Amino acid sequence: MKLTREEVRQVATLARLRLTPDEEERLTGQLENILQYMEKLDQLDISGVKPFTHAVDVVNAFREDKVTNHPNAEALLANAPDKNHTFFRVPKIIE
Amino acid sequence: MNPAALTLHDAGEKLRKQELSSQELTLAAFQRISETDDKIHAYITLCRDVALEQAKQADERLKRGGNTPPLLGVPIAVKDNFLTRGMRTTCASNILGNFIPPYDATAIKRIRAAGAVITGKTNLDEFAMGSSTENSAFFPTSNPWDRARVPGGSSGGSAAAVAADQCIAALGTDTGGSIRQPAAFCGVVGLKPTYGRVSRYGIIAFASSMDQVGPLTKDVRDCALMLETIAGHDPADSTSADRPVPLYSEALTGDVKGLRLGVPKEYFITGIAPEVEQAVRDAIRLLEKNGAVVEEISLPHTEYAVAVYYIVATAEASSNLARYDGMRFGHRAGGKDLLETYMLSREEGFGPEVKRRIMLGTYALSAGYYDAYYLKAQRVRMLIKRDFDAAFQRCDAILTPTAPTTAFKIGEKIADPLQMYLSDIYTISVNLAGLPALSLPCGFDGDGMPIGLQIIGKHFDEATVLRLAHAYEQATEWHKKKPDI
Repeated sequence: MKLTREEVRQVATLARLRLTPDEEERLTGQLENILQYMEKLDQLDISGVKPFTHAVDVVNAFREDKVTNHPNAEALLANAPDKNHTFFRVPKIIE
Repeated sequence: MNPAALTLHDAGEKLRKQELSSQELTLAAFQRISETDDKIHAYITLCRDVALEQAKQADERLKRGGNTPPLLGVPIAVKDNFLTRGMRTTCASNILGNFIPPYDATAIKRIRAAGAVITGKTNLDEFAMGSSTENSAFFPTSNPWDRARVPGGSSGGSAAAVAADQCIAALGTDTGGSIRQPAAFCGVVGLKPTYGRVSRYGIIAFASSMDQVGPLTKDVRDCALMLETIAGHDPADSTSADRPVPLYSEALTGDVKGLRLGVPKEYFITGIAPEVEQAVRDAIRLLEKNGAVVEEISLPHTEYAVAVYYIVATAEASSNLARYDGMRFGHRAGGKDLLETYMLSREEGFGPEVKRRIMLGTYALSAGYYDAYYLKAQRVRMLIKRDFDAAFQRCDAILTPTAPTTAFKIGEKIADPLQMYLSDIYTISVNLAGLPALSLPCGFDGDGMPIGLQIIGKHFDEATVLRLAHAYEQATEWHKKKPDI
């Protein structure tokens, strides 16, 4: 698997990560190396094998449709980088 | 002897007989921390004042008598990826920095209800991603047996704190070996329960289909007592199992007669240190001598486990870690617009290994690659699970080494991520298949470093795993050795 720096930059944008040129170069080599290792899986015939979903068979875990509010809104907001009264303040989205 | 060196069951007995108070025991643990933690660096945050207050309350409960659970008044260390209400929780990451959780993880709620005293929050690889605790954003932790070596990871702080008697027992999490490998490296007992046995609610998510909470302890009985306390159904975790929790400590009969043990040939391959292989084979012989029936088995897809794991785990991590956007909590950088704020916050907040895994996972899930990586990995994961299903038709438990080597040197593998990933080779299949597994000490190498024996059980059969481990422990002295710090 050959990986270009352009591809790495594109994945970084998808992941909302800004990489320095150094990081970009280092990661290109490292990811290529790891992806090459993953090619091991191509040795296997997996046609007809169902993909794994759960380790132990589970059924839907339903609960009562009841509204529960966290008792302490203040504590929830205490970690906000920026807030205004009971609201999180975020950077402007619309021009 | 410093009472902090006691096991949980011995300390509990002394507390209930009022030969020792929880306040004395807690002070002894903090004494030990102040004597040794400048060398070990097991803790990120210490909670001395709150702990002493909890100890005082525990002493009152002990004096009143009546219902006195095994953990009542006992100092417990907690890995810093469990949410602890009002107690800073960092996940060893700058992106969480000074995060103060508004609620407790379910496992924390349970140990608090049992009257445990929380000493503090222990170091880990950032977001539990690593095998050496070197990926902590703050500092590496040292192995109490040799300070130049890693304690393993990612629960390295919890394992080191138990080995160094800085607490009586600890909580960790295990996604690919993060309880068992550090337990092996530090010479303590570590158990990853069956997926679903312990609630994941309030654990900072890494790979949700594999993350599991478990204890790190000084012996097997302690491990059973800890599991009894934290296991059970929780409506807040839809994958937690709605099954009764047995009294695991009652399974410790000392009898292994007739138990059928499988030894997978694929686990004894090139790369395993000769002294590790020797110690594990000796342990298997001892169990056989005591009446267990041993047979060689095959888990043919073992060699694919590392590749499968690092696709599935990184894919899940890339999704789980999308929440760190700098908006509602955690680090926010100043950007010129929303997109730049996201990108800068994450650039500044995450360390190199976390970025590498987010990148790998995003790549594996991205358009055009999903089938080639993620879907393929989940199909091979099914083959790995079927290997175990077939093996457990014939065996009651499977015995392997926990890690191919003893603790490596700090800095030895950090530059080569793939080499680091390969050090998890014996532990990750267990997470992929959702099985319970325990590591316990089974010897020391020529450098005096501990070696771990791994016992893998059937789904929800922790009782057999603990019974075997306890029987082996009764016949050996390894767990009684202490590091000289």
